[in-house]
Amino acid sequence: MIKQGFYKVLYNFQLAPKIFRMVLEGDTSALLAPGQFVNIKLDGKFLRRPISVSDYDEKTITLIYKVVGEGTEQMSKMEAGTVLDLLTGLGNGFNPEKSGQKPLLIGGGVGIPPLYNLCKELIKTGKKPTVILGFNTKSEIFYEDAFKALGAEVVVTTVDGSYGVKGFVTNAMEREYDYFFTCGPMPMFRAIEEVAKTSGQYSFEERMGCGFGACMGCSCKTKYGNKRICKDGPVLYREEIVW
Amino acid sequence: MVNTKIDLCGIELSNPVIPASGTFGFGYEFAALYDINMLGTFSFKGTTRDERFGNPTPRIAECNDGMLNSVGLQNPGVEKVISHELPLLKQCFNKKVMANVSGFSVEDYAYTCERLNSQDQIGWFEVNISCPNVHGGGLAFGTSAKNAAEVTKAVKKVTDKPVFIKLSPNVTDIAEIAKACEDAGADGLSLINTLLGMRIDLNRKKPILANKMGGFSGRAIKPVALRMVYQVYEAVKIPIIGMGGIESAEDVLEMMLAGATAVQVGAANLVNPFACRDIINSLPKTMEKYGINNLKDIIGGAHNG
Repeated sequence: MIKQGFYKVLYNFQLAPKIFRMVLEGDTSALLAPGQFVNIKLDGKFLRRPISVSDYDEKTITLIYKVVGEGTEQMSKMEAGTVLDLLTGLGNGFNPEKSGQKPLLIGGGVGIPPLYNLCKELIKTGKKPTVILGFNTKSEIFYEDAFKALGAEVVVTTVDGSYGVKGFVTNAMEREYDYFFTCGPMPMFRAIEEVAKTSGQYSFEERMGCGFGACMGCSCKTKYGNKRICKDGPVLYREEIVW
Repeated sequence: MVNTKIDLCGIELSNPVIPASGTFGFGYEFAALYDINMLGTFSFKGTTRDERFGNPTPRIAECNDGMLNSVGLQNPGVEKVISHELPLLKQCFNKKVMANVSGFSVEDYAYTCERLNSQDQIGWFEVNISCPNVHGGGLAFGTSAKNAAEVTKAVKKVTDKPVFIKLSPNVTDIAEIAKACEDAGADGLSLINTLLGMRIDLNRKKPILANKMGGFSGRAIKPVALRMVYQVYEAVKIPIIGMGGIESAEDVLEMMLAGATAVQVGAANLVNPFACRDIINSLPKTMEKYGINNLKDIIGGAHNG
């Protein structure tokens, strides 16, 4: 059930180059699963901006977003106290129940944020997640400590080898795990699909019109018919994805 | 107490606000958000003879005060609409719905309308001869007076329900095509469909849309839509459903003054899923503000004489 409401910016600050963390205060009752997203109305922009939820509690929503265009640039300059019009509770989110005892959480760049709340949920239910965070280089790293603070085992990979394991997230996947959850860019997904040993869930990104299933702008084909990334996704099961 | 009722080809609507095809699905998903029985009616997702996935993604590009879409008539096909979508709609909508139909040949249009004709919940047909996103179909019928008339005649033969023909703005003289549809027996006209447009990604230096071009909608097109409704109103006697950039009660009044009997809301639904509810709720006080007691009295009011 989606809700429209107004949210006050409590904090908005930079975590890494082009990466910002915004905490909003307001009604969070529409958020029901990790990996859902919100759609934000911005002054002067016709369409809303869909941003994944990194974390939420009874009265706050945390968004971690990357500045990729005019809309997110505008967001990055917002000060505490700014009031935003949001649609919340969008998308299906991850299904943590499938995780097994030792799930792998694999995030690439700005795909990392929605894994945070998932990791928290998994740990709360006694699971032992391992988190692989992929970046290009050391200076881009964010949230390594945040995941560690949750009690997860964290492995960082950098493409240039400036920190952690050199290479891609798949260079850190040779280990035992029961299931995987991932969010990140398509090339990363394709690489994971090559090497993954278990079932898993992928959280996809697509240009959206409405964000709530009305416009058919973000459709994709699956083995079980057409799905809308915004409404039937963004999370799809490995078994249904057509690559 | 103001009166927002209008008559659309013999069926009374509690108000003239109609969510436009392609922005409201088959209605039932919006029924989870608010009671959609407050709508005059709505026009369901463009339906074709066979199932269609539509065009490759990206299918959406934002513009100043509007958006491009190149969805390309994604729909489950007429048989699934009858067996799956309409039964779901029936559970949450007790009014007549407008059946939006598209095709790739005159026979396609007639076939799909004939299949849908037996559905009691369908009050009107809205025949889309103006989709800019499908090659070799849709728009090809909407840009020629002769072809538009041919589709109109074929559909009229298979149904007794009122038939609205949805017109394209991507033509030299929309009034000529409107007149051809009226002469061929159309009961009404819907206009305008989207304007063919394009955006280019400066980083990739290529069109944003995978289909390169798409249909432009949103508040930016309202002046064009008003002008065309105004012109068509002068050319025909049948009722017009006006659309293009409508997002407020004021916009509804403006469109009706130009000549529309009812008004559709499209892109605004995609920005605010409650757009139609909000417009309907603010319609009475907006009418009062402009001294309007009976909404149907203002239809075509902007014309001389």
